[in-house]
Amino acid sequence: MYSERRNMKIPEIAEIIKAEICTKNYDPTIEIYSACSADLMSDVMAFSKSNALLLTGLINPQVIRTAEMMDIKAVIFARGKKPLESMIEMAEEKGIVLMATDYPLFVASGKLYKNGIHGRGE
Amino acid sequence: MSSVVVRDYIIPANDFTIAGDASSNVRKILSQIGVAPDIVKRTSIAMYEAEINAVIHGNGGQAHVEIDENKIVIIISDQGPGIADLELAMQEGYSTAPDSIREMGFGAGMGLSNIKKNSDILEIKTAVNEGTTVYITVFFK
Ligand SMILES: Nc1ncnc2c1ncn2[C@@H]1O[C@H](COP(=O)(O)OP(=O)(O)O)[C@@H](O)[C@H]1O
Ligand SMILES: [Mg+2]
Repeated sequence: MYSERRNMKIPEIAEIIKAEICTKNYDPTIEIYSACSADLMSDVMAFSKSNALLLTGLINPQVIRTAEMMDIKAVIFARGKKPLESMIEMAEEKGIVLMATDYPLFVASGKLYKNGIHGRGE
Repeated sequence: MSSVVVRDYIIPANDFTIAGDASSNVRKILSQIGVAPDIVKRTSIAMYEAEINAVIHGNGGQAHVEIDENKIVIIISDQGPGIADLELAMQEGYSTAPDSIREMGFGAGMGLSNIKKNSDILEIKTAVNEGTTVYITVFFK
């Protein structure tokens, strides 16, 4: 039932967790290798993988800031939280994709894991 | 050896919309001058954690940054309460941050250990009621 670890592109990720892509003009060829789910930003910064995705229940500008520092390519806000316009602008400026899903953090993480994005990337 | 880039930043207290601006700016400079991406990332993490600490624990402060062809030196200082037991503060998970800060996503108690892991040289000078200064050096090679 579980997929082998594999890379995934943004449109496929959005489809699996029924997410809305909030930022414009993202690069659909970006490949995501690994993911991290956290609400505390220092926990995110203790995680060092390339081409990563961040799933979080937290919604504030520091999430985007943390993603920038960590070279995180995309952020998924769980449980129906929607980023403010100012956060979307900030993310677009930094080339970070923002997505919003109605699934809770655990469920969104589980669906992606099951489909092949594991915590460990390259 | 002469410094190629010197920058100074003010870090305002308790302002979470601009917290990280200094780190973001330094990150851009490093990328522009062609520093390797993994070194840019290590520097960014170390500086951002120190900048956030100055905001949430130190009543704001200032950052002084010097970059030459071999390294970056970052000095983040505040005139806040200081750290009474630095050894304890360095432990992973130790935090005095209130719940209001944790709701903003900070206060995991991982900041100082993240700074240590990502810097080549780390020195912290602190005195109770006087303030804290964090010296971070990252070599480019
Ligand atoms: N600039 C500072 N001024 C005063 N206290 C500090 C400062 N930086 C860190 N501390 C103290 O050290 C503790 C641990 O810091 P850190 O590892 O960054 O974790 P956190 O910031 O998540 O609490 C803080 O909770 C605080 O008590
Ligand atoms: Mg901290």
